[in-house]
Amino acid sequence: MEITALTALELGKKIKAGEVTVEEAVKAQLEKIKERDGMYNCYVTVMEEEALKRAAEVQKQIDAGELDDSPLAGVPVAIKDNICTKGVLTTCSSKILNNFKPPYDATVIEKLEAAGAVIIGKVNMDEFAMGSTTETSYYGPTKNPWNTERVPGGSSGGAAAAVAAEEAWYALGSDTGGSIRQPSSFCGVTGLKPTYGSVSRYGLIAYASSLDQIGPIARNVSDCAAVFEAIAGYDAKDSTSVKMEDYHFTEALVDDVKGLRIGIPKGYLGEGLDPEVKEAVLAAAKTLEEKGAVVEMFDMDMVDYAIPAYYVIASAEASSNLSRFDGVKYGYRTPDFEDLQDVYKKTRDEGFGMEVKRRMMIGAFVLSSGYYDAYYIKALQVKALIKKGFDEAFAKYDIILGPTAPTTALKMGENLSDPLKMYLGDIYTVSVNLAGLPGISLPCGIDSNGLPIGVQMIGQAFSEKTLIRAAYSLEQTRSYERPACVKGEN
Amino acid sequence: MAITDETIEYVAALAKLDLTDEEKERAKKDLGNIIGYVDTMNQLDTTGIEPMSHVFAYHNVFREDIVTNGPDRENILANAPEEKDGGFKVPRTVE
Amino acid sequence: MREYETVIGLEVHCELATKTKIFCGCTTEFGGEPNTHVCPVCAGMPGTLPVLNKQVVEYALSAGVALNCDITQYCKFDRKNYFYPDLPKAYQISQLYLPICRNGHVDIEVDGVKKSIGIHEIHMEEDAGKLIHDEWEDCTIVDYNRCGVPLIEIVSEPDMRSADEVIAYLEKLRMILQYLGVSDCKMQEGSLRADINLSVREVGSDKLGTRTEMKNMNSFKAIARAIEGEMNRQIELLEDGKSVTQETRRWDDNKCASYAMRSKEDAQDYRYFPDPDLPPVSISDAWLERVKAAQPEMRDAKLARYVEEYGLTEHDAAILTESRKVADIFEAAAAICKKPKEVSNWLIVDTMRLLKVHEMDAADLKFSPEHLAKLIALLDAGTINRPTARDVFEKIFTENVDPEVYVEEKGLKIEADDGALKSVIEEIVAANPQSVADYHAGKKKAIGFLVGQTMKAMKGKADPGTVNKMLAEILNQ
Repeated sequence: MEITALTALELGKKIKAGEVTVEEAVKAQLEKIKERDGMYNCYVTVMEEEALKRAAEVQKQIDAGELDDSPLAGVPVAIKDNICTKGVLTTCSSKILNNFKPPYDATVIEKLEAAGAVIIGKVNMDEFAMGSTTETSYYGPTKNPWNTERVPGGSSGGAAAAVAAEEAWYALGSDTGGSIRQPSSFCGVTGLKPTYGSVSRYGLIAYASSLDQIGPIARNVSDCAAVFEAIAGYDAKDSTSVKMEDYHFTEALVDDVKGLRIGIPKGYLGEGLDPEVKEAVLAAAKTLEEKGAVVEMFDMDMVDYAIPAYYVIASAEASSNLSRFDGVKYGYRTPDFEDLQDVYKKTRDEGFGMEVKRRMMIGAFVLSSGYYDAYYIKALQVKALIKKGFDEAFAKYDIILGPTAPTTALKMGENLSDPLKMYLGDIYTVSVNLAGLPGISLPCGIDSNGLPIGVQMIGQAFSEKTLIRAAYSLEQTRSYERPACVKGEN
Repeated sequence: MAITDETIEYVAALAKLDLTDEEKERAKKDLGNIIGYVDTMNQLDTTGIEPMSHVFAYHNVFREDIVTNGPDRENILANAPEEKDGGFKVPRTVE
Repeated sequence: MREYETVIGLEVHCELATKTKIFCGCTTEFGGEPNTHVCPVCAGMPGTLPVLNKQVVEYALSAGVALNCDITQYCKFDRKNYFYPDLPKAYQISQLYLPICRNGHVDIEVDGVKKSIGIHEIHMEEDAGKLIHDEWEDCTIVDYNRCGVPLIEIVSEPDMRSADEVIAYLEKLRMILQYLGVSDCKMQEGSLRADINLSVREVGSDKLGTRTEMKNMNSFKAIARAIEGEMNRQIELLEDGKSVTQETRRWDDNKCASYAMRSKEDAQDYRYFPDPDLPPVSISDAWLERVKAAQPEMRDAKLARYVEEYGLTEHDAAILTESRKVADIFEAAAAICKKPKEVSNWLIVDTMRLLKVHEMDAADLKFSPEHLAKLIALLDAGTINRPTARDVFEKIFTENVDPEVYVEEKGLKIEADDGALKSVIEEIVAANPQSVADYHAGKKKAIGFLVGQTMKAMKGKADPGTVNKMLAEILNQ
């Protein structure tokens, strides 16, 4: 088996055992990227020189026994392009940042590097994380490795596709309304959005500050648990950061769901859900039941109101967060200006894509005087009710289970003409962000088009260990499916 | 909620966007649909519910009044589109 | 002409005397080369986040308590969104919905009439950067050193009716804030800024007229001139049958006139919403009690105590307590030399005079109370005479010299040898027969000339009182 087909932890073991050097791993990965990225367009920036230099450094540390406690030491990682990497292009897949090199690393980067990670490149996304298909990227869309006429999902499409296509062992994505989970589902990989505040947002270029979280995308739950363990932690630079009691998430990789109470909201299984997805998800639930979990359907209100609340809140915060891109301090500036207003308006008009502009206008609208109470305040009230709904559910259940998305991967080019329809695809994921809860998506089947189906598990805040255990247990009942493009190899 | 041409002019101005006529038309249609959809929230009775800004009840996150940063001008200006005399250069602002 | 009443409210921005900015660990030091007191957070770089400086809250609470406000024990920060180059995030973190203090008041006195000026609210916010206009190239240079410096904004009720009341209010506010140590309140350095909201109405009307906002006054005198100017401008408009436009006007003190500021292009819709990056601030009863207990003795209490404890007149105590710095020097020096009256005189007479001469603020006094106490001791012991003491004091004031060391170095001690003095006096008497004759003829003032000559001959190293006495003795022989 090629080393690029290993999981991150498997590679980490081999590196520690001296079977593979860090440099070999990096070179193997760069080879695969060169070979296939022309087809999938996962990477915005490949950091060949930096990665090789770093590989030498990390190898030294490993040889000196300095990284014995880090299972991911020496394993290269791909980073979503909205996470700041010092001195390296960080574009948010937008023209307005097409030349931006931050003078600082995001906290998660510092933590990963302290654990011996080697950053191999920055991966593609929907512009400023606004989208569900990675088609709004300034650098062109990423293709789904399972079928290049299909989208990989978004906004962390580049990350999920890279992991699926074995152009990365694992990646860091970000999730505001489903942007880690949905592309993981579309690409047949595993993605974890942690509890809000468990991972520092310092250095994550903000989309919606009260909803954004960074999380791992990898080929299995174990990798996700190990990465989460490396990046989670209280950060004094992030005032919304939370200190958890127990960070030993890899201890939860146990195949045991006896007595685990699993609830499936009836409202998740209504019309609009693809019948094959429904079948696969319910089959996954059945599997867990056979393993000793207690599975039950229940009523959870608010399902229908999550999307409008999400779009109001996310757009409002985004409109404010993106105002700083004004051509004055960093990033793109229009070449054609006569006065200050030109600098602002032309820079922003030329620098932003249509979806971003749309959300900024929605955001300005819902915050404007006269509409603030009816929209923004109303949405915050709905958010409170959604959280309350989850709290009530978690009094009865340990895990809430359902589909990650109502369909499998959508066709390319069909989605951007009707933004509202696209927004409705977020139905299962946005409420999790609104309530600040952890959610994981893992593969549970393939549909008749040969496309992966994802199941989502949601836990109560800070209950990642339960979530990881449940997901790990389900994962043990099937083997990882590689997309056709890599299946050909041994 | 009807989104008019004026609404688009207004929000585009707030967001500092110079839209083409075509973009304005499209925005009018899209925003109309989206805001119309968002109006469904009104079906929900939220009387007496406290609007929730922060999802967890944290408060009082502070730092001490100690200088931790030194001069870093080179990095601060490294990405400036235009700079002059140690500052960011922009067209003349009028008071 | 009808009789008009002017209605004035003030928005005062006050830079807090913290060491670091409100949301990052950059220094708040004044000045510095552009963009050298700046980090990615206060430069608004992507991905950065604010963290609140606790001292800012402490100072805001201290100010709120001293200004008799209700404290909003659960308060939040809101984002005020607008585009301007001095605002790197394109929003200012401020407080709109839940400001930290509300409903306070300040008592002022104008021409013997006491009045209470209401304070609507006090809130915390961050300052913006500075725009430097480059004449050569017709462009603007942006410096973010000041960006993120913590401010409290004190919004008054529209309770003032004249420039005098406004000045009294500002002076009282400044004294209180300086007393608290919360801000150095120096208008010329920009740590105190005032915007005036002014409208006029006919006397007897209870409706408020249209108000304008005035900015860019850099001194209390300029504020007084701006008020007079705007009041007259508005009255003239109304008398002409025109109406006052609600606008922001910029005061030009050189031209003694105001100009409507070019209206900012975007609609003034700031779209305030609670900042999701900052958790709320919750002030417990215990915290509030601690703040109240730690409040320094305020002016009125100190004044009364000085009269009581040191036996000073109210007049003198008032001058000493006008500035916390002066009061602190007074108490420290009096504690050392145990001569409060003496210390008081040096502060009230010589110090005040020198402050005027050097155009200095009392808050900037640099000399130490120990040196003042030493000077008084030297004078008391007769080691130096009063004129010399005055000169030495000036050196203490400007350079904080140690008077003992200075007197020794410059050889300023009074000539202790009476015998030597006597011979000099005898010489002077012998050399000035006319003056002596005048003296004996009844012109007692002629002795003054002889004293002067003696002092000159002694190179000032004699005590004029002693000289006078000795001269009189000798002349009357």
